[in-house]
Amino acid sequence: MSTALLIEQLLNGLQLGVMLFLMAAGLTLIFGVMGLINLAHGSFYMAGAFACATVAAATGSFWIGLIASLITAAAAGAIVEMAVIRRLYERDHLDQVLATFALILIFSEGTRWLFGSFPLYLDIPPLLQGAVPLPGGGQYQLYRLAIIGVGIVVAIGLYLLISRTRLGMRIRAGESDREMIAALGVDISTLYTVVFALGAALAGLAGALVGALQSVQVGMGEPVLILAFVVIVIGGIGSIKGALFGAVLVGVVDTMGRFLLPQALMLVLPPSQTALISGALASMLIYIVMALILAFRPTGLFAAQP
Amino acid sequence: MRQIVTREAITNAGLALLLLVVPLAASVMDEPFYVTLATRITVLALAAVGLNIALGLGGLVSFGHAAFFGLGGYAAGILATHAFNAQPLFLGIQATTSMPAIWLVAVVACGLVALPVGAISLRTSGVYFIMITLAFAQMIYYFAISWPAYGGQDGLSIYVRNTFPGANTAQPLPFFLICYGLLLLGLALFWALGGSRFGAALHTARQNATRLAAVGIAPFKIRLTAFAISAMVTGLAGALFADLNRFASPSMLSWHMSGELIVLIILGGKGRLFGPVAGAMLYVLFEYALGGITERWQLFLGLILLGVVLFARGGLMGLVAGKERYG
Amino acid sequence: MAEPVLEIRDLRKSFGALKATDGVSLHLVSGEIHALIGPNGAGKSTLIHQISGSLTPDSGTIHFLGQDMAGLDMAARAQLGLARSFQTSSLAQEFSALRNVMLAVQARQGSSLRFFRPVMRDRSLAEPAMAMLERVGLADRAHVPAEELSHGERRQLEIAIALALGPKAFLLDEPMAGMGPEGSKNLTGFLDALRREAPILLVEHDMDAVFALADRVSVLVYGRIIATGKVDEIRNDPEVRRAYLGEPA
Repeated sequence: MSTALLIEQLLNGLQLGVMLFLMAAGLTLIFGVMGLINLAHGSFYMAGAFACATVAAATGSFWIGLIASLITAAAAGAIVEMAVIRRLYERDHLDQVLATFALILIFSEGTRWLFGSFPLYLDIPPLLQGAVPLPGGGQYQLYRLAIIGVGIVVAIGLYLLISRTRLGMRIRAGESDREMIAALGVDISTLYTVVFALGAALAGLAGALVGALQSVQVGMGEPVLILAFVVIVIGGIGSIKGALFGAVLVGVVDTMGRFLLPQALMLVLPPSQTALISGALASMLIYIVMALILAFRPTGLFAAQP
Repeated sequence: MRQIVTREAITNAGLALLLLVVPLAASVMDEPFYVTLATRITVLALAAVGLNIALGLGGLVSFGHAAFFGLGGYAAGILATHAFNAQPLFLGIQATTSMPAIWLVAVVACGLVALPVGAISLRTSGVYFIMITLAFAQMIYYFAISWPAYGGQDGLSIYVRNTFPGANTAQPLPFFLICYGLLLLGLALFWALGGSRFGAALHTARQNATRLAAVGIAPFKIRLTAFAISAMVTGLAGALFADLNRFASPSMLSWHMSGELIVLIILGGKGRLFGPVAGAMLYVLFEYALGGITERWQLFLGLILLGVVLFARGGLMGLVAGKERYG
Repeated sequence: MAEPVLEIRDLRKSFGALKATDGVSLHLVSGEIHALIGPNGAGKSTLIHQISGSLTPDSGTIHFLGQDMAGLDMAARAQLGLARSFQTSSLAQEFSALRNVMLAVQARQGSSLRFFRPVMRDRSLAEPAMAMLERVGLADRAHVPAEELSHGERRQLEIAIALALGPKAFLLDEPMAGMGPEGSKNLTGFLDALRREAPILLVEHDMDAVFALADRVSVLVYGRIIATGKVDEIRNDPEVRRAYLGEPA
């Protein structure tokens, strides 16, 4: 196998990891601050993608679409938080799972109602079309590199937000002690709405960015949501650092597994069985990794509390 | 003194009778569709009775029970396919189309999968448990769709419904009666477990696991046993579901299925003997009634479900029979 | 001296920089009440948690009936006969008082993997459980759910559950807490007789009860035992008076 191919696959894994991080960061923040498990997070991803595709088609500009996706997802997040989610903070996880499962049904059918069952398509913006040469002679899509860049910028931005700003201080206080933050006179329900909208906006951003690589359709958020769950379980629920580490781990393991397993199995198995077994094994690989990690560290790698 | 004939007991008897009488009447009036609808209710109820052992009695929110439902379905599908093609399974063992044998395979397979899955998942609790059971189910789902030998994404058709000694299972009514009998057995099992010593320990594990450990009973062992029994009952229902549809579909393994099973329990009443039955009736009737009016029935299902979670805690049985008391 | 029922040697546990248990050694012999006193935050609960198995010590050993407890979880220690009551009562809230005690009887019989026989008709569970409720004076409240019992009644129920385990030693974490004067007096009399069944390691803030009951007293301050001795020795120990009773030396 060539070095260029290997680098390309690694970059693909990294790009998947970045996407997962955008999803997982919001999920883990919402869980860390509000103690809420939100299955409907994938719906914000879908909302972002639909908003971007629709607005980009109407205006001809991907960038206006991207802004629309952030606004749509954040607004959807804020509305959902105020209408439904804030009634769930005091409930047990079972009620949270069910109510947000119901939200998925509502969002998915609602979107199908508005946009029909046919997928929408979103083009890569002209600025980011083309490819960059890789060491070893290959080429790599500029757009995918840009996604990786966005992920790095968001990770740094979140770090600065949480460690350096007033909002971040409140988020950290909210994680450690809800009563204290209420005693400090911080308007806790506004804080929760802001955090939820921020998480939703990150998911919407992820959806819009991926929308140019895949088709935009109802249900697109669900596989990503479940991978994001795997990410935050591995990383430790509530930890942004864990989400980043888990996302990159899952992205790289999944991509490299699909790439390397067939080649590795070819050495020990007859070709007729290689494709069969490596395909099945590669699709299970991240779950096996997750099970192994949890078997030794039941609260994940960077759990916020023991 | 405890009342012997409670409102809950009357409701339960009414539901059991209703579920039996409607398909009998439909059969007499030559309306096989309604018999099939009742069979669908019965099989989904049995699957949810299984989950109710873990979730209702033990407080274990498994978001991965579709894995066992699907595993049961594939057990039926795989055995039927081998038997249909007259291929031996492995080591020259012949497949079978006899339902009791298929059920045994489904139940044993689910127990064998549930033990390691449960053992790892039960090291965690709360949200981690919800997510890790979901993830294990996804693992099995992806395995099923990427393994082409048994249909992959297309699923596995059962060309002729499997057989049961002394009954013509191709007819809707005999097949319904088989399913109904198994549902009653499942309910009897749930009832016996709930009232037994094991049930006392399991109820305590849900209410206060530290208390259970402090009297010298390890919560892990109790929970793992409950998880495995729960998986086996849901797996049995899966085998019936595949036979009902004559199709083992990967969608039986999907996380939507896991969510639906939880929904059935919550609609009916978590931990209640007949909660899953009431829930399955409501769910299938919603699906049928709303589905007749609009293609967008899932939107309305979502709204109803949201309303139940936010405003009608305790589900249907909670509304009818009040809060559960344990004596 | 007879071999101790419970023997703790050089136990240590830190949370970050905080040494919650800093080289604690103590033992409990048959027939005695050994009281453990100390100011809030001295590490009494941390110590009880390590003995009962809900926390793992960093170093040191705990022997119960001559057996090393390392690696045994809470349930295994309870099975061996180490019964514990909780500082804030910990009950199966939806179960009646009787069913809470029946669970302990069932655990003692070692038979929780029985799946079919209904417990509510099982006299081998209900009769011993009722006897325990009678002993603590809670028989007339047997069918009331634990969540509806008063605070004092829950403490009594905790004791009844511990009794039903037929233990070889009791760990009682502030059993008097929140009880009225009448309740405390009754419980003092009850514990006084209970020591003949099994020795008691008693964590308690009620000094009247401690001085009335204890055969020996250990004083825990900042994770260390600063003195162990008979009631009078402790009462007159200048270091104890300074560190704990808040008097100038």
